Amino acid sequence: MLNSLLTVAFLSQCLRISVPYAFPALGATFSERGGVVNIALEGILLISAFAATVGTYFTGSPLFGVVCGIAAGGLTAFLHGLITITLKADQIVSGIGINLLAVGLTKFCCQLIFNSSSNSDRIAGIDQWSFFGSIPILDNPFVILIFILAIVMQFVLFKTRFGLRLRSVGEFPAAAESLGVNISRMRHAGVVISGVMTGIGGAWLAFNQHSFTDGMSAGRGFIALAAMIIGKWNPLGALAACLLFGIAESLSIQLQSTSQYIQFIQLIPYVVTMIVLAGFIGRAVPPAADGIPYEKDAA
Amino acid sequence: MLVGPLIALLLSVVAGGIFILSIGQNPIEVYTRFIGDSLGNAYGIGQILFKATPLMFTGLAAAICFKANLFNIGAEGQMTIGAFLTGLVGSYFQGLPGWILLPASLVAGMAGGAAWGIIPGYLKARFGAHEVINTIMMNFIAMGVVSYFITNIVGVPATVHTPEISPSTTLARLESFFPVFHGSPVNLSFFIAVVICLGAYIFLTRTPRGYEIRALGLNAPAAEYARIPIRKNIIITFALAGACAGLGGMNFILGYKHYFELGFSEGSGFIGIAVALLARNNPIGIIVTSLFFGMLEYGSLTINTIVPKELSNILQAIVILLMITLTKVLGGWIERKRSPEPTNA
Repeated sequence: MLNSLLTVAFLSQCLRISVPYAFPALGATFSERGGVVNIALEGILLISAFAATVGTYFTGSPLFGVVCGIAAGGLTAFLHGLITITLKADQIVSGIGINLLAVGLTKFCCQLIFNSSSNSDRIAGIDQWSFFGSIPILDNPFVILIFILAIVMQFVLFKTRFGLRLRSVGEFPAAAESLGVNISRMRHAGVVISGVMTGIGGAWLAFNQHSFTDGMSAGRGFIALAAMIIGKWNPLGALAACLLFGIAESLSIQLQSTSQYIQFIQLIPYVVTMIVLAGFIGRAVPPAADGIPYEKDAA
Repeated sequence: MLVGPLIALLLSVVAGGIFILSIGQNPIEVYTRFIGDSLGNAYGIGQILFKATPLMFTGLAAAICFKANLFNIGAEGQMTIGAFLTGLVGSYFQGLPGWILLPASLVAGMAGGAAWGIIPGYLKARFGAHEVINTIMMNFIAMGVVSYFITNIVGVPATVHTPEISPSTTLARLESFFPVFHGSPVNLSFFIAVVICLGAYIFLTRTPRGYEIRALGLNAPAAEYARIPIRKNIIITFALAGACAGLGGMNFILGYKHYFELGFSEGSGFIGIAVALLARNNPIGIIVTSLFFGMLEYGSLTINTIVPKELSNILQAIVILLMITLTKVLGGWIERKRSPEPTNA
């Protein structure tokens, strides 16, 4: 039993499952550190998976598909920013609206392009362009990318001027503004970065399955938010939480044939998130101004 | 107060027209058919009433929490647990007479939904854990728990539904009183939903508890100063919201299919949020906006051959996004009109 778990195949399965959690979770740290709650990530993941599918389908190039995924992710996130930062509307409700929009829009367009609201045609996947093909686990550029990006983003957030400003806007925007930081621009940057990151995750989803299916994000955007919370709003912590979720999920796949409690094992990430949020495993403290639109005269 | 919702509706109809145009169809023709097939005959109206029924319950589940300035994204999970228990009680106690079994299965639904609401409510009240993430997590947990019981314990083998409920606990279709509704699944649940909306209105506006909940939403520190127990009211609000959502399965289970089935809700837990927003969280308004969203859902089915039915999801989303932005924009405009002097420090 244990032997079958400690194989390279198991490890690479854990990593593969973690990828679509990791991109949105890493992105979410930037959005929330800047003070914008982005539960639209679920919908952004879905829209970018569809965009990546369409881009790859019409050009035959997965690379162009990734570009489409990033563009769609960034644009949808910008819509969330426009509504919540520029127009100062509620961030949670905007996220819910965008998630609904994503479900409808992807099915609508899927029907128009592929003549089925639930499935696209088959597309090329990433196995066409694996650079490190000979080494298992590292044969996947997306897996390598999450580790590189997590380190880079951790550095940017805590060691650069941009990161300091972004965090100041999420903690105490009035003080940041008095020092000349442009609140709205910083917040927009954080939100668009979260969309771009999620866009890469969406492209991976589509390539991994070689097609688009309706609702294929399947709650991963929400789980990514949970991972970000467990990771205490830090990119490296978020990545670690995503890897933990990946292990839990691969375990449940391994146990599928032997256990009838499979549904309960799959619930572990959700339960752990609630326990962490309640403060039983260290404190989970969001940025002070997270979720609050900045009104100049309200401070 | 109706300006915002009306503008939002108007703009969403225009946006829908643009979508229809973009796929090379004539919006006027499509909308004419949409209205004609849904509102133009009793069968269509019956379908609208049927689709509107669960939305009243989930709309209330969102609105009651919004009133207390709380977010309930968990109506979907609360409804799933409640509906499952309704179906379970209704099918397990086959021998009982209807006057016991019907209330029992509804109470089971309310209790299940309330329990699912109390958990995030308690975590918020006791530990300050944010209810948005927790209610989302509770949705997933509800799905997992119910699918475990359906696949392993209580489900009819090779299906994802419970056995049929006892005939004594079914709610009659309206066609048995009004033959004009022949064929449409609208049933007595519709009237129960309307009564509960009216009850919620009276509760929120005319009772001390309703006052406390509204005070909590309007100004929590002031409410606390007035000795209104904040934590207790957070939990009560979530329990009431969950109980409403838990009743939402009645329409499908007691009035239509006569069993609980996984995935029966078709996302109505989330659409309830749109229903509540458009009604500005007014329970009587929710009756009206539920009917509107019900028409959107059924109408888009009737035009599915020329325009993909997913148009209804898109329109629902546009209504949500317009409502929150218009409230801000119009609100700011009214404020500026009232106080021409800039108040910035």
